[in-house]
Amino acid sequence: MQILKSVVGRKVFMAITGQCMVLFAVVHLVGNSSIFVGPDGINAYAKHLHDLGPLVWVFRAGLFALVSTHIFFGVQLTLENSAANPAGYAVKRQLKATFASSTMIWTGITLIAFIVFHLLHFTARTLPGVVKGVDALGRYDVFTMVVTAFKNGGISCVYLVAMAALFLHLSHGIQSFFQTMGWNTDKTQCSISMIGKAVAFILLAGYAVIPISILASALIK
Amino acid sequence: MSDHTTNTMNLTLHVWRQKGPNATGKLETYEAKHISPDMSFLEMVDEVNETLIKKGADPIAFDHDCREGICGMCSQVVNGVPHGGQDRTTVCQLHMRSFKDGDNIFIEPWRARAFPVIKDLVVDRSALDTIIQAGGYTSCHTGGIPDGNALLIPKPEADYAMDAAECIGCGACVAGCPNGSAMLFTSAKVAQLAALPQGRAEAAVRVNAMTEALKDCGFGNCTNHYECQASCPKGVDVKFIAKLNREYLKALAN
Ligand code: HEM
Ligand code: SF4
Ligand code: FES
Repeated sequence: MQILKSVVGRKVFMAITGQCMVLFAVVHLVGNSSIFVGPDGINAYAKHLHDLGPLVWVFRAGLFALVSTHIFFGVQLTLENSAANPAGYAVKRQLKATFASSTMIWTGITLIAFIVFHLLHFTARTLPGVVKGVDALGRYDVFTMVVTAFKNGGISCVYLVAMAALFLHLSHGIQSFFQTMGWNTDKTQCSISMIGKAVAFILLAGYAVIPISILASALIK
Repeated sequence: MSDHTTNTMNLTLHVWRQKGPNATGKLETYEAKHISPDMSFLEMVDEVNETLIKKGADPIAFDHDCREGICGMCSQVVNGVPHGGQDRTTVCQLHMRSFKDGDNIFIEPWRARAFPVIKDLVVDRSALDTIIQAGGYTSCHTGGIPDGNALLIPKPEADYAMDAAECIGCGACVAGCPNGSAMLFTSAKVAQLAALPQGRAEAAVRVNAMTEALKDCGFGNCTNHYECQASCPKGVDVKFIAKLNREYLKALAN
């Protein structure tokens, strides 16, 4: 198929899969924030999700397809791009490219490493030291699992580094999505770029506040 | 010149020298002495070449033609920026007054896999012609010269097409792009023709053919760094790349 070889078509796949993951990240953050309600909040939320039964697996398959497509084209395009510009300059001054735009493949690789870690940690719960209990109502005690984990400075650090990578990736990626889809003009460029960075920052702040507040309260006690 | 000797400057140039397409090149150092601030950048290189020729050495090969910023032949990366980094200025229109006495100046050729070096600062840019040949035209029969107002085109559309048509095909966008992509160049032609009734009819075929040619020539993929717009001496806007993407998606629906 021409679209799977095209310089634009493959970018469109990257853009749509990337943007779907952004939507997932927003919903996931809203769900996770139920931890601030306490054990009742997040344990009930987790139970609702698991009660969806087979739908959970449909959802997981969808996410897996998104991530794999995104990674496949991301790696392929990056390899082609470095082959297209092999020599490099003795002196090069960047005019418009940013640290974020130049490190997409590295922040991306950080994210996939994190996703694997995160799934082993809180989904499969196979990492050592994960607290696998049930609460008074017989639900998975997600609250205790998360709070215990984040009291460990090392684990909190892994999550914070990953969120920093997500921020960098999206501070370029979200505006890039609009350009790739052709939904950009010279008049919208500046505001789309600002909105992209703002959304990336909200995700960073929203996710980071969970380990930070747990660590802080552990330190204060 | 002699009246200006007090104003002249001495510069140290670091110039990419490469004997031929397959030779290994390297940066060589030259002194450029008594350079007037009124000279253009290319005149300064001419002066250095005069001294090289007098010494019996091989002069620095570089591309140039009009020297007035319209032909798109001049192509030098000066201190890490294609055309030297003065806003909307080709290197032939860059003047030595933007440098000062004692400056070190690095001069390198356009670098991209699709632009192999022929000699020194001269690269082969015929890949850009290949992209145009793939679809940068309209194939309708135009007949004789039509009446001026026979085909009405609203002023905003005409302006938009003219802004895209400003591209002089120099290739600075490719030289500046971290991915060696010719997306800005290609999009300027796609957008110009898609905006006009004469070009609209073949818009779908054109965008597919031109982006395929871009890939086949060995250019990279655009990742929206926007280095191209910042490097372009004609201020061609990345909004045309968004337009190309739009045209590509419309062509899919066809
Ligand atoms: C899992 C590993 C990941 C890898 C290896 C990866 C890699 C990449 C690469 C190489 C690009 C292209 C850079 C560009 O075109 O500017 C990109 C773009 C993008 N990524 Fe990722 N990424 C990953 C995860 C994510 C995640 C988790 C999200 C969202 C939460 C995301 C959202 C985006 C977006 C929105 C774009 C811009 C699409 C475009 O218009 O090109 N990526 N990614
Ligand atoms: S878009 Fe600008 S930089 Fe690229 S070839 Fe045309 S004039 Fe040169
Ligand atoms: S020599 Fe013609 S544009 Fe510079």
